[in-house]
Amino acid sequence: MRKGMLGRKIGMTQVFDEQGKAVPVTVIEAGPCTVVNIRTLERDGYTALQLGHEEVRGEKLNRPLRGQFTKAKVKPQRFLREIRVEAEDLKEFAVGQEIKVDVFSPGDYVDVRGISKGKGFAGGIKRHGMHRGPMKHGSKYHRRPGSLGAKGPARVFKGRKLPGRMGGEAVTVQHLRVVQVDPARNLLLLRGAVPGPRVGLILIRDSLR
Amino acid sequence: MADLIKMIEQDYMKKEIPPFRPGDTVKVHVKVVEGSRERTQVFEGTVIRRRGSSLSETFTVRRISYGVGVERTFPVHSPRLEKIEIMRRGRIRRARLYYLRDRIGKAARIKERKY
Repeated sequence: MRKGMLGRKIGMTQVFDEQGKAVPVTVIEAGPCTVVNIRTLERDGYTALQLGHEEVRGEKLNRPLRGQFTKAKVKPQRFLREIRVEAEDLKEFAVGQEIKVDVFSPGDYVDVRGISKGKGFAGGIKRHGMHRGPMKHGSKYHRRPGSLGAKGPARVFKGRKLPGRMGGEAVTVQHLRVVQVDPARNLLLLRGAVPGPRVGLILIRDSLR
Repeated sequence: MADLIKMIEQDYMKKEIPPFRPGDTVKVHVKVVEGSRERTQVFEGTVIRRRGSSLSETFTVRRISYGVGVERTFPVHSPRLEKIEIMRRGRIRRARLYYLRDRIGKAARIKERKY
């Protein structure tokens, strides 16, 4: 069965494992998430769970959204995200059910999705890992992108890697190990880095790999 | 927010750390794994640096071993460290004693702190 939940990135630190080695970890405050809606094959053409995260005062939301929560008889939530679930696993979930961090255990591997930090208008070197020109020996061609292509077509092909807006897009990091689960504080410690700023919304799923 | 990180770090931090400072001579008892056996090794030398804070704090110990300078850096809160003994307190005037690397013998001495 596929697992998933929503959380917020708290920040990074390090902890020691059984061998006494320092492990870099990202702390995530995950859940508790509420199942707000279930997408079924008959009604929606696909199967998924709609999860809500973080309770808010109802007045914070607009009326159509509030209606969704009233119908599901759950408290209003700040975030709503869907996770795809196989049809045969749907019966294990009911609207209003809570999902807590204890669905994960140490040693599990998870995929994590977040919105990366915005980098603004970035050059080719930062954005695409291009090489730079010589800094010395009379060169004035330092950080520019180089040739834009052959002269024959008399145009630049679409998809040419050039400077532009970087970051602020959905990034998935696969195969992060769960180092520790703290059900009392709803905390999840994952080995390694997670996309996005501190406090950013994070979607955690069990790993595909 | 940051408090949650502090709470996590608290779980891993040691309760008691002797108040050693750069310039002090210390004995560090380190657990080492040799094949299947585990034993304790002692590394004695001068603390030349303490950096970082809370759980990620580390310190560097320098000693001269068979005429060769050896420096080892340990995380202060590492569970591999059994014990840190302060042998001698040193009077120094800076926080990082990198100048000791350029000195040998008598020149690399540190005066004792008597307070």
